Amino acid sequence: MTTIAANPGDMSAHDDADHKPGFFARWFMSTNHKDIGTLYLIFAIFAGVIGGLISGMMRLELAQPGVQYLGQWTTWLQGSEATWDQALHMWNVLITAHGLIMVFFMVMPAIIGGFGNWFVPLMIGAPDMAFPRMNNISFWLTVAAFLMLLGSTFVPGGTGLGAGTGWTVYAPLSTSGSVGPAVDMAIFSLHLAGAASILGAINFITTIFNMRAPGMTLHKMPLFVWSVLVTAFLLLLALPVLAAAITMLLVDRNFGGAFFDAAAGGDPVLYQHLFWFFGHPEVYIMILPGFGIISQIVATFSRKPVFGYLGMAYAMVAIGVVGFVVWAHHMFTVGMSVEMKMYFTAATMVIAVPTGIKIFSWIATMWGGSVSFKVPMVWAMGFIFMFTVGGVTGVVLANGGLDDNLHDTYYVVAHFHYVLSLGAVFALFAGFYYWFGKMSGRHLNEFLGHLHFWTFFIGVNVLFFPMHFLGNQGMPRRYPDFTDAYAYWNEIASWGYAIMGVGVIIFFINVFWAFAAGRKAEGNYWGEGATTLEWTLSSPPPFHQFETLPVVK
Amino acid sequence: MSVTANTKTALMAGMIAIGMVGMGFAAVPLYQIFCQVTGFGGTTMRASEAQAATIKATNKQMTIRFDANQRGLPWEFKPENPTEKVTIGARDMTVYLAKNNSARPVTGMATFNVSPAQAGQYFSKIQCFCFVEQTLRPGEQVRMPVLFYVDPKIMDDPNTRDIQEITLSYTFYPVDEEKKGS
Repeated sequence: MTTIAANPGDMSAHDDADHKPGFFARWFMSTNHKDIGTLYLIFAIFAGVIGGLISGMMRLELAQPGVQYLGQWTTWLQGSEATWDQALHMWNVLITAHGLIMVFFMVMPAIIGGFGNWFVPLMIGAPDMAFPRMNNISFWLTVAAFLMLLGSTFVPGGTGLGAGTGWTVYAPLSTSGSVGPAVDMAIFSLHLAGAASILGAINFITTIFNMRAPGMTLHKMPLFVWSVLVTAFLLLLALPVLAAAITMLLVDRNFGGAFFDAAAGGDPVLYQHLFWFFGHPEVYIMILPGFGIISQIVATFSRKPVFGYLGMAYAMVAIGVVGFVVWAHHMFTVGMSVEMKMYFTAATMVIAVPTGIKIFSWIATMWGGSVSFKVPMVWAMGFIFMFTVGGVTGVVLANGGLDDNLHDTYYVVAHFHYVLSLGAVFALFAGFYYWFGKMSGRHLNEFLGHLHFWTFFIGVNVLFFPMHFLGNQGMPRRYPDFTDAYAYWNEIASWGYAIMGVGVIIFFINVFWAFAAGRKAEGNYWGEGATTLEWTLSSPPPFHQFETLPVVK
Repeated sequence: MSVTANTKTALMAGMIAIGMVGMGFAAVPLYQIFCQVTGFGGTTMRASEAQAATIKATNKQMTIRFDANQRGLPWEFKPENPTEKVTIGARDMTVYLAKNNSARPVTGMATFNVSPAQAGQYFSKIQCFCFVEQTLRPGEQVRMPVLFYVDPKIMDDPNTRDIQEITLSYTFYPVDEEKKGS
């Protein structure tokens, strides 16, 4: 690198920068961070469509009281007449698949693998990731993990085909309760996805620590890079604990172990502790890069540097640190002492402080700014609004006493869909609209983008807001049936899904439109507000960028 | 940004990941110790004769219920008396009966806890059949004593002073195959 930097004329003197390998070598043996990022995004969209269709099946079944469709679906899947129990098992398989796919194969690959791979090297002025081949391994491990999970649907998992344990894989349902290879395959899928993410995290940490352009100090890094750095550390600390916990599940299932078997000296609550020690940081893993994306977008379209840069960066660090000591608020009902509940309630509420700093700083960035309501900006503002709603219900649920009532009701479902389905997903769409031109060299249609936003925004709110009411009325999660008293809001929620689905179709039309007829994107198509290094390059950037390292003042 | 610097960072990060896998598995014994020390989850305490001698009996009584379960053993296992009235602070002895109904010797181990879980730290056992493995010959019937007391501090703790009744539960599981879990 030093020799090239000594000859700054090199980059323009020859076209090495944009020399691409052939199709197979480029896409199947890729070591280029931008190509791997693209692969991750395509993979995540594919997985998201599958996960989204599964939730469509769930909303169809939940549209009215009674069980209408499960039996038919189960019969199709297994090729023989389904029993009542097998049909109900199918429901468990659906909720499990929806959760695992959306967490591990949609949000994480898109926000870390996709945008992280694409823009972390660009934003810090690096030519590529630190370990390009390891990057490739991460991606293909994720694909293998996804295939493993999909495959588990077709093998026996106890009552019927597929793993029906919920995404939490709680023992003893996942051990003695689910005989057959399906749950083993789902667990192995988590191992593979976890290994992929840990390798990815090591790659990001190394890249961000060692490969910043001259002058790019840690405190000058764009907030998206900060968010990925914090996320990488969360992955590094949390995922191995999940790996350990699910390995113990495998031992209990297959090798006569009793880690979580109360009747042989084990404790199923220990599994819950281990799972949520991973599980709570995991929700920040999904949302922190979204925070980073939103910070870039709000600053760009307010044409101001983000308000309180250091506060924003260290708020994410604080969320990451505190996120490791609040896990038991997911298990308030396992029989804790009052003191433990008090601690976990208070610690959980502390997280609202750095999160509040972020929300206020985004608003303060917009305040007095020259705001232009381009598509990424409306998605970002939608994110801020939705995430705040989800944050408020989060503070409600943080109360151990209230949670005794709300635990495992639709109130919880509403809460975590507001922060993830409407938070992380809105951040993903915001990032997609913000960077699509940079990644593809084509502009998306502005009108279709706005139409997509409003359809999706209305759809998800009609879908998820009624769940607050259902939860307050006591409707439990994870059941395919409910009493007539819950019929009204369930039907409305299912219509909300349909509206959201139309929004997703508009999104795909927009993407096809962009490739077919989209205007060519210039290097910095957002103008003076877009100040990070990716905007100094062409759209799409050359295959190898920054052969001469940029110098940051 | 030499290769060695990257490799060094990656190795350090990798060590953190491996260390966390270790921490995940270390959680199993740590959790057990945590429960034994704090009485978390209804784990009962273990007291020596000397410690038991320092406890003074009070004039208050409470009911102890005795529960017996077994899993995977050809045993009959039950308490001699399902409930007993005990004086808080006074040492008490109860007896569980076990009978091997099979034609082969069977070794079992009993796991235990109390309900409500908060009472665990005040329920002290001086002697218990659950401290060691029990082997029953074919058809053998044994009387297995438990020597215990309820710590009078239970009446001072705001979390436990309302407790009128404690259930002591045992579950026997077989150990003659390979050693089981934690």
